[in-house]
Amino acid sequence: MTEVVATNHTILVVGAGISGITAAVEAAETGNNVVLVEKRPYLGGRVSQLYKYFPKLCFPSCGLEINQRRLSAQGGISILTMAEVTAVSGSEGNYSATVKISPRFVNENCTACGACGDVVEAEFDNEHNYGLNKRKGAYLPYNMAKPQRYVIDPRIIGTDDAEKAKAACKYAAIDLDMQEQTIEFKAGAIIWATGWQPYDANKIQPYGYDRYANVITSVEFERMMDKFGPTGGKILRPSDNAEAKDIAFIQCAGSRDRNHLKHCSRICCMATLKQSTYITEQYGVDDADAKGTIYYIDIRSIDRFEDFYRKVQNDPKISFIRSKVANIVQDKDQNPILNGVDTEGYHRYENRHDLVVLAIGMEPSVNKDSFPLEIVINEHGFIEADEANGGIFAAGCASDALDVNRAVQTATAAALRAVQVVNRVAGSEG
Amino acid sequence: MSLNNAMLEKYRNNFLQEVAGNVEQGDWVKMCMQCGVCAGSCPLGDAWEHSPQKIFMMIRANRREQVLSSDSMWMCTSCYHCVVRCPRGLPIPHIMHGLASYAKRLGLAPKSNPTLWFAEVFWNNMLKKGRVNELKLGLSLYFKDGFASGIKQAMAHQKLGINMLKAKRMAPMDMFAGHAIKDIFGLHKMIRKAQEIEAAKLEANSK
Repeated sequence: MTEVVATNHTILVVGAGISGITAAVEAAETGNNVVLVEKRPYLGGRVSQLYKYFPKLCFPSCGLEINQRRLSAQGGISILTMAEVTAVSGSEGNYSATVKISPRFVNENCTACGACGDVVEAEFDNEHNYGLNKRKGAYLPYNMAKPQRYVIDPRIIGTDDAEKAKAACKYAAIDLDMQEQTIEFKAGAIIWATGWQPYDANKIQPYGYDRYANVITSVEFERMMDKFGPTGGKILRPSDNAEAKDIAFIQCAGSRDRNHLKHCSRICCMATLKQSTYITEQYGVDDADAKGTIYYIDIRSIDRFEDFYRKVQNDPKISFIRSKVANIVQDKDQNPILNGVDTEGYHRYENRHDLVVLAIGMEPSVNKDSFPLEIVINEHGFIEADEANGGIFAAGCASDALDVNRAVQTATAAALRAVQVVNRVAGSEG
Repeated sequence: MSLNNAMLEKYRNNFLQEVAGNVEQGDWVKMCMQCGVCAGSCPLGDAWEHSPQKIFMMIRANRREQVLSSDSMWMCTSCYHCVVRCPRGLPIPHIMHGLASYAKRLGLAPKSNPTLWFAEVFWNNMLKKGRVNELKLGLSLYFKDGFASGIKQAMAHQKLGINMLKAKRMAPMDMFAGHAIKDIFGLHKMIRKAQEIEAAKLEANSK
């Protein structure tokens, strides 16, 4: 049984992405007890799936490693993975949380040697790579996963694969009888950091994400650049695995649209400008075929990001077309063809590209109807800062569409508010 | 003073406001963000001079004469491709039809536009008996470009006509009178009243 020691001085952090980790570490560093609950089998959330950060073009794995070390070094943090908060009751300073923990079927003895993964045959879509490739039924989610421990997919339980995996383990780390468990513990304040998910591109019917292999989303494109990713760091067309050199980016794919997400997702402009630099990174400046075309309504790069925008504007490989693409069709070689009219001159275009990247919008990962607690949300499903929320504070993309920089800022703010609540509780107890 | 001059006088250089105040659904025009998805989605494509995107920009740019005398609004077939894709939810065909009817009322609509001509023929045909007399409507289309070409058209469609007669899909006696709806005078009264209300509204707006 998983035991969690928690009192009403404890701060519960829901979600261990970059915001949740930040909030947990910072709350713990001020001397508070923290329980960090994560739905995935590993920490890091969507930042672990990014290739580079904008605007510095540095690697997120770097900052993530630092934060993972901070988590390990800091006492007073209990981490629960594969765990979901299913109910919260009580009020500010005195909450009770119910958490469901799914079985990993692998215990702490695991050394991540990989012997189980070698013998298992069943394969499933790799979630970490947005289904761009397959992974085994016994797997390490990704190289830097924390905890550094394998996971057995529940779909192989009861099959020969599961027995083979157990037999291959030299450390008695595989426990096929592990059961789902539900635990309940107290918390004085709650930081809600459940993050975001990409908008479902299948719903943007005219762009044919569901029909055309060579129309992908920005999060998938990001995975392609990873050396350990599904394409080994190469930009390949899913239809024929050929190198994609002429790449189109479509902005506001799902955002700022009454048919989809009404809000501006805020990150996609900078994400696309960042991704446009991947083309030169991949093919070099001398490859005349390598080029990017950005279709946009307007580019929203504010403050210091403006410099980055200027730099991309001056890149001869990148061109900008001010137009929301009307629709995409494909030719017999599965090349996407973009149709539309530009706003600077009203020219009708019919442009062929190798690959189309949809700068996909950001929506809250928790559906507005499935919050396990009473909380005030806005019309877009993001959590409002409202007194009615009591001791529950949103951090990161649960509160708004944010980039990592701003998400971390809101995480620190949420930690500070949560600390105030538990300090008040401690004070009133004398 | 003509209605057109009165409107010019009143709104002077603010055509956007004139459209918002007088054109059906015209207040939506200010919501357009010029993304161009309507222009790109229109199946008529290059067949017309001004796409909705252009028309909306021209309204903002005070190109009053050019907008109201454009034949683009008369080309819209109400396929609704633009409406379902517009990220701001503008009722684009409604605005286009509103502009067309406003231009007609001011006497600025294009003089020789076939869809405008057909719309008038259709309306007058329908108004006579309260329902469309298809035989007369069809014939007036045939003879649109003169007697000779009308005969030629009719001969070319001879077989279709005979088949329609056999299948009782065409009533030859409609050539003379045609059957009216039950209370045709009531309908005429209603239409007259509606037209009065509309004209009074525009009249009041123009002051």
